[in-house]
Formats: sequence, structure tokens, C-alpha cells
Amino acid sequence: MNCNYPHEEHMTSGHLACQACGGAMIMRHCLKALGEDTVCVIPASCWTIIAGNWPYNALKIPVLHTAFETAGAASSGVKAALDIKGRNKTNVLAFAGDGGTFDIGLQSLSGATERNEDIIYVCYDNEAYMNTGIQRSSATPEGAWTTTSPESMPKQGPKKNIIQILCAHKIPYCATANVAWPDDLIRKVKKAAETRGTSFIHVFSPCPPGWKIPSEQSIEVARLAVHTKVFPLYEVFNGEEYHINIEPKNLPVENYLKLQGRFAHLNVEEIKKIQNRVDYEWKVLLQRSMMESFQLVM
Amino acid sequence: MKKVLMGNHAASWGARLSRVQMIAAYPITPQTHIVEELAEMCGDGSLKAKFLKVESEHSAMASVIAAESAGVRSFTASSSNGLALMHELLHWAAGARLPIVMVNVNRALAPGWNIWADQSDSLSQRDTGWIQFYVEDNQEVLDSVIMAYRLAEQVNLPVMICYDAFYLSHTYEPVDIPRQETVDEWLPSYEPDCFLDTKNPSAFNGLVMPSHFMEMRYKLQEAHEETLNIVDEICESFGKQFGRCYGAIETVHCEDAELVLITSSSATSPARLVVESLRDQGMKVGLMKVRMFRPFPYKFIRKVLRGKNKAVVVDRNFSWGKSGIFAAEIRDALANEKDVPDIYSFIAGLGGKSITPELLTSMVIEAAENPLPESPSVWKGMQT
Repeated sequence: MNCNYPHEEHMTSGHLACQACGGAMIMRHCLKALGEDTVCVIPASCWTIIAGNWPYNALKIPVLHTAFETAGAASSGVKAALDIKGRNKTNVLAFAGDGGTFDIGLQSLSGATERNEDIIYVCYDNEAYMNTGIQRSSATPEGAWTTTSPESMPKQGPKKNIIQILCAHKIPYCATANVAWPDDLIRKVKKAAETRGTSFIHVFSPCPPGWKIPSEQSIEVARLAVHTKVFPLYEVFNGEEYHINIEPKNLPVENYLKLQGRFAHLNVEEIKKIQNRVDYEWKVLLQRSMMESFQLVM
Repeated sequence: MKKVLMGNHAASWGARLSRVQMIAAYPITPQTHIVEELAEMCGDGSLKAKFLKVESEHSAMASVIAAESAGVRSFTASSSNGLALMHELLHWAAGARLPIVMVNVNRALAPGWNIWADQSDSLSQRDTGWIQFYVEDNQEVLDSVIMAYRLAEQVNLPVMICYDAFYLSHTYEPVDIPRQETVDEWLPSYEPDCFLDTKNPSAFNGLVMPSHFMEMRYKLQEAHEETLNIVDEICESFGKQFGRCYGAIETVHCEDAELVLITSSSATSPARLVVESLRDQGMKVGLMKVRMFRPFPYKFIRKVLRGKNKAVVVDRNFSWGKSGIFAAEIRDALANEKDVPDIYSFIAGLGGKSITPELLTSMVIEAAENPLPESPSVWKGMQT
């Protein structure tokens, strides 16, 4: 662990997350990075519950709970209000799940990003609607079991590439991150806070009940997602300049899949198909990271 | 200063004089001029506000709710399908007890596409917890926006100012624009007790268990009741400052009337002519304009209608499978009361048809001649 890891806590114990919840750990790290001068906007998600019911609040910063599809718009509104009050140094953190980001909240995220609102948008991605009981979202990976993609008909088609959608907006800063690399996550959140304009961090967030893994394997599964290249860690500047941050150990995807009950039904052929897609996407990422970025000629 | 303004620009001036600090809006005919004018005002610096040009009405209301939660005076405007798209967040604004003011230009809901006057859009939002006013002319548009902020911030409820598409939105009338200092004296700056404050952090709109949810909703209703108690006080105070007075309702010749014609919004103007003309012919007719629709001014309406023979209610709206909506509300206001009039409900002007003096006269004559209303609502002015 990096010795610069901030020791101050802005999240209390007694929150309502499940054991080994990625989302809870990610919030804790994000707030360590941002500090107390932060307003957090939370749309409907597991974090609606985790934060605690009225009159309790597990966060030591102001929190605006908002409707499912409004993280982008609501954080824009908070930022506008802070600006008009001259409080333009205060961080505005939108903290949304994959459903609130990839699906129902995509329009409002796109609107905020196109306007280049000075907000930090963190998506904690547990790859399904976990708060409502594990229904598939467009972030659910191909072949995964959920309650609406049962083993008889598991998730069809690949996971939506949210980073590519944001890069198409020429977003000043976006990155992937992983709860198993807290120092990398904290560095990226700090980078997002320093960035003028919109920044987006897509954080891999294990969900023990939803993924059918024992809670003590939460971090191990997260680490394997990177080392099998299922979820590479990289950042993109202005939608064009790609930097890969962690070199994967190049392990077979089977190592990652076999730990999780949600993939238990997959046969050898299906696992091979997933491996092929992972290998192809990694090559695409390598190519993107070697490309020169667009230079404005003055 | 007098200027000739369209209704929409009167709304923009109302927002400017109220010194709104944040505006978020999405364009929809016939609302667009309101936000175009506000964009000009923000651009030339005559209004110091942040203007978010969002990608939908839903996001407009979401960002206005967020800004108001952060403690700044906020404004938006919409119409028809745009207002319908906001529906979820209209509940949110009222439940969060935010004194947001919005203007809604009343327009029909599709299909078929129709951009003309019809109150179905805002009346479909009846149960969202917003205070609603229906206003008659462009001066009343401007004045009502200023009054709305004073009322909203006193009771912590959002207010919707509604007026008819084109009859007001695009029609030019002379409007007295009050001096900024006169408005500032009457409308103090917005200083909420609680807001998203990093010095005093708390959570807003989080999970509420059954143990407390109903209690919070009861407080919302208490705020509506408080609104009924203070609305006339605010209107009188406005009258003293600006020389123009508007109440929850307005009555003309109702004291000795046997029949009362009841209207809202721009249909009130032709109704004024009709009442004078029928009075000249010896008919004891009065006029009641219902300006405030939520909270519904029960006690005001009962007082006026007690002892009358008949009431004719004109609705530019309809509740499917029932009747005109103002008519239904007035029937409800009179239930369990003694010595009250029969209610004759007429539907007219849907989707922008004109409500002419002739049409209104025919309603009054029909009601006067029929001993009892023949159906829950009679539709008037349709092609045969």
C-alpha cells in the first residue's frame, strides 16, 4: 500500500452494505481522495440503502439522494448552485451504479458530459441491478446468470463499453479503476478533482451475493478481473490519449470465471468464446494506447 | 415602466425581477420565448444567474431540484409533453419541500400533435403536491411569478404558474414592469434554513421507513393548509406594494347573482363581457375566476356559492370517464353543504378551440333554461 494513503475517514461504520461490498469500499476510497469539501449526489442504487435510513447518514459530507436517472443532471444542478454562491472549489461527486449509469441514467450523463460540467462522476459497476435483486443491466457481461437472465438463457451479447461512449464526448478525463488497487483508484479520483470539466471513473465493484462468491474472495475476484484482462485499468485524456496503468499477468479468463457462481453454467466452448473476446478487446486497447492523439494546429 | 410584452416575456421578466439564481430548461413550443429571453438576460448580464441548457425536461427539473437543495432560487418553464416528462420529479420537488417556481404554458398532450391551449397538461399534475395558479393576462403572469416566490419560500412548497398557449403566451399586451428596487423591498433574497452545506453536512431525500413516511406527508398537507391561510395576506401585501391585487379567486357581481359563471385562465376575459351583457339584459349573473387550483380554495368558493341557484363551470380540460376537472373539484367543495347551487359543467376549447362570448352565453342560457344538469359534462363548440 502506498504510504500516501489518506487516513482520514469520511464514511462511518454502521452503514448498511453487505459484507465485502465493492461499492462501500469504493465510496470510502473516493472520499479519502476528495476530502470533506465535497457534496455527493446519489441516484437510486445500493447506496440509497447503504447510506442509512432517515435520520441517519453514513457519510460525513452532505448527500443529495436523487431519482434513478438523474445523477448527471442533479450533480450539474448542485455545481451550478455552488458556482453562483462562489463555492467553485467544492467537489461535486456523482456516485451511481451501473444501472443508473449505463441504462436509465445514460441520457443525463451524456447531457452533463456534453456540457462539460465540472463534476466527478463515479460509476461503481457491480454488473447488474443488485439492489432490486440481481437483474441484468447493459453492464452485465456476456454469459452471466442473473435473475432475469437465468441459466436457461444467460445474458446475450457483450457488456456495453461505457468508456467508449464517454470518449465519444471528448470528455477531459476518464478512467477505469478497481477496488483491489485502492492507491490507483485514489490517484484517479484526485486527478478527476484536479480536472476542469467532466471526469468519469468506471470502477469495478464485486458483489458477493450477486456474483455468488464468498465475501472473502471479493478482492481476489477483483484482482483477477485485471490480471485476466477482463477489466483492464487505464485512463483516457480528452477521449483520445490512452494510458494503460497496470500490466496484466495474462492469466486465462477461466481463472476469473470459475470462482463465481454466476458463470458456473458455462461450458468449455462458451468460456473459449469469452476468452476470444477478451483477447480481441485487449488488442484494441493496446492499439488505442499506441495511437498518437489529435493535435490542434495553432 | 410600461412595455408591450407577450405573455412569455412577461414570465421572463417575472423571473428576472425575482432575481432567480439558477435556470434549467429544455425548449418546447409554446414555452420557448420564456427561456430565450432569459438566455438573453443572462448573456447581457442584466440577470446574474447560471443557465443550464439541459437535454430534457426531466433533467431540467432534476437540476433545478438539486440547485434549490443547494440553497439557490431556481426557475424553469415547460409545457404539455415536457411537463408530463417531468412528472416523477414534480413529486420529488414537492416531497423535498423545495420552493421552486415554474411556469407552465397550458398546451394539449399528444396524440395527435397539438400545440394549442388546453389545461390537461398541468391538471394531470394535480396530485404532485405543487401549488397551482391559473392566470388570465400578461400583467398577471409577471406579477404571479414574483408572488409565487414569496409564497413558495414561506411555506416551502413549489409553485406552478399556468397560462393558456397562444392566447397569452404569444399575445402582446401592455405590461407594467415594476422597478427592481420595488421588487427587492417586497421579495427578500432566498436564505433557506437547511441546504447542502459542507460545514453542516446532512443527507437529503434518503430512505424513510414506514415509521416516519406518513408523518412527513402529513406535513406536506399542513403546508397546503397554511397556504390557504396566508394566500390572501400575501396578495394584499403585494397589492399595497405594487397597486395590483389578486386573490385565490376573484368575483364579479356575485353578491346578488342567482347564477354564477365559473372560469379559469384566459377564458375569464370573454366571460367578463358575457356577464356584463347578460346583466344589461336583466339576468342576475355573476362571475367567479378560480385562480388558485392547489390548494383548492374550498372555503372561498363555498362562501361565494352558498345561496346561489346555479353554477356554470367552464373547463378547457377533461378527466376521462368523469367530467371537467374544475367542475368536479367544485362539486366536491360543495358536498355536504346546504343551500348550494346545481353544477352545470361545460367542456370547451380543448386543443386550442376558441372560447368565444357567444359560446359562453349559450352555456349560461342552457343552464338557466334546464331545471337540472343533463349529464356530468356537456361538450360545447364542436363541429357537427
